[in-house]
Amino acid sequence: MVDSQMVLTGQTIAYTAYCIVIIMLVAWFALKVTGKGNGKGVKPALFYTFVGFLTVLGVSLHLITYNTIPWTHVDLNRSDYTPDKTFSITVRNHQFLLPSEKMIINVNDDVLFDVKSEDLTYGFGLFREDNSMLFQMQVVPGHRNDVIWHFDRPGVYTIRSTEYSGPKGVFMIVKNAVEVVPISAAN
Amino acid sequence: MNFSKTLINGEEGLFRSDTLTPMQKLTLRFVVVGLIYFGFVVIEGMLMRLYEVKPLPFITEPQFFAILTAHPLVGIFGSTYSIVCGAFLFLVPFLMKKPLWSIKMGNWTFLLIAVGTFVFWFAGFVSHYSPLYTLYWPLPADFSQFSVWGGTFFIVGIALVMIGTALFIINIFKTITYTPDGWDKQPSGALLSSALGVTGFINLFRKNKKEHLVPLPVAAVARGSVDMALNTLTILFTGVLILVYMVGSILGFDLKETAIDALLYKNWFWWGLDLIADGLVLIFVAGTWYLLAMLITNKPLFMQNIARAALLVELVVSWTVWSHHLLSDQAQPAILKVVSGEMVTAFELITQGLAFFITLATLWSARPLKMTNPLKFLLGGLLGFALAVPAGIMQADVGLNRILHNTQWVVGPHVHVAILVGLTMTLYSAIYILFPILTNGAKMHSQKLVNVHFWCHLIGGIGMGAFMGMAGLNGMLRRSLYVNGEFNIYMIFAAVSGTLILIGFLAFFYNIVMSVGLKGVLGIFTPARIKTKDLLPAA
Repeated sequence: MVDSQMVLTGQTIAYTAYCIVIIMLVAWFALKVTGKGNGKGVKPALFYTFVGFLTVLGVSLHLITYNTIPWTHVDLNRSDYTPDKTFSITVRNHQFLLPSEKMIINVNDDVLFDVKSEDLTYGFGLFREDNSMLFQMQVVPGHRNDVIWHFDRPGVYTIRSTEYSGPKGVFMIVKNAVEVVPISAAN
Repeated sequence: MNFSKTLINGEEGLFRSDTLTPMQKLTLRFVVVGLIYFGFVVIEGMLMRLYEVKPLPFITEPQFFAILTAHPLVGIFGSTYSIVCGAFLFLVPFLMKKPLWSIKMGNWTFLLIAVGTFVFWFAGFVSHYSPLYTLYWPLPADFSQFSVWGGTFFIVGIALVMIGTALFIINIFKTITYTPDGWDKQPSGALLSSALGVTGFINLFRKNKKEHLVPLPVAAVARGSVDMALNTLTILFTGVLILVYMVGSILGFDLKETAIDALLYKNWFWWGLDLIADGLVLIFVAGTWYLLAMLITNKPLFMQNIARAALLVELVVSWTVWSHHLLSDQAQPAILKVVSGEMVTAFELITQGLAFFITLATLWSARPLKMTNPLKFLLGGLLGFALAVPAGIMQADVGLNRILHNTQWVVGPHVHVAILVGLTMTLYSAIYILFPILTNGAKMHSQKLVNVHFWCHLIGGIGMGAFMGMAGLNGMLRRSLYVNGEFNIYMIFAAVSGTLILIGFLAFFYNIVMSVGLKGVLGIFTPARIKTKDLLPAA
């Protein structure tokens, strides 16, 4: 299944390729515009083709991600989904108050994280053991902050606030707070 | 001429500050102060880069976050606003072929931006006031970590900058529409209509098309100034609001989250703030590209009518894109995330892409061109936005934002590349092209140093963005600290890139000082001997 690591790898490849092309294009332009030339202008047809290309590119990016990134549809339609498990978490005085010391999840569970702030705006993110991000959301006081995530493989995750809330916010880390286990192990 | 003579009198003694008009002095003052604040930003950036690798013994943690808070604000207001205001207060009357409406008001803008920036920077330096997320000032206000008095002075500084900005906007619109002494009455309504794009829009629907009374770059300045005005109002209102929280705290009342809905406030503030990033910056930059392309080629702009229309579209787009900052706010309605956050934001790819193409096509039509300093920096600026805008479009996607929001990706390939490479190199291009005009023919001290400046800034800016981006894709958050060196490899390379930018800036600064001389620099700040409203001295 497509997970956030795979999406980021795809993005890295696509954006790196784009950067190489655009840098080479501008370098080529710089060489040509100072080289020999007859002062002839650019045909309007090329301009309109470029406009069409940009339009297709802008629209297709979101269509592609909507249809290939598995969490996008779930995210926009959370009320249509019934999670297998729900964790209610409170944040207060720069601390995460978790429902239990370790939150255990079965592989292939859809889990709802419902996070409430009682003072400031914080963030809530799950991070892998290599520090890469699994997902994150904002935690705004006075509102419901919930995200549903499908866990398709075993792993241990650290919770970290992903929004700046002053110097104290840097230390809002709960190491290895979430563990995803195979169903047999959970039983 | 030997070193000490050049240092004192400038290259070949060509720059003489006593020949400058009040307008030339005003513009040069803006540029000098803007560059000094840019120096602040580069040094602050380097300190933070080094601190991210290994905490420095002479900087405490609260101080690090105070620097983090002041850094973007000094960069945007102290440096960019100064240079932009100075350049446009000169260029708008230059292009309209009439004097600036009020030089006195221009001087007030200069003073308020320069002093206001110092006040908020100093308040942060002394009190370590640092609650902001880049430019976003969060509510509920937190007084457990931050000094109320530090915050009060911080707000006073920002308010001074905003008042200076408001005076700039008034001066620009009055300059476009007023009738100078001894002139025939100017059609102020028609001029305003042309500047804002109303004439161009109505022209689409009528047979006998009216001519444009205002040159295209002036139209860009006017439309960008609309966003600047709205943004100024938003920030001033927010400053007052935060001040209310502070006064409440001083008097012993805690307004907390119950006073104002945090999400509603977030929407309001991001709407106003986005008028800088997605409004006036993009519109001012497009207008500057067009002007530079026309000045470099001495030819009319390619597809001029489309360019005018695109500027108007960009203005409307800038009012409706704010929701891309709230894609990770789960209480934000999905319709706003998709329509404002994704779809309207994608329009920026088109409007900025058009500006990119039109500028290149205008340059192409004048082949062969000489690779002058303004041209090379203009190409650098174009490349910067060509790299940074798509990076921004990618993070303005519901799916991708879930794993990119608040990472170094946002602030690296998008923000730093847009500002350092795109915006700053465009401004450098404008400085290099205006330098002989503003100095009455002073000569640049060293072309080699210009080249050092160009390559160091370009490679350093792109490199820094790239390494920050790689760190972000691997999970490194912005506005955070990793004390166990988790992302050191990326931060070391980003610091090396930052060093290149610092070397480039030092080369540029030294070159400018050697070009005009220390006497010349000081002379810029003395009252003008020539009493005239004209932009340039009589030949």
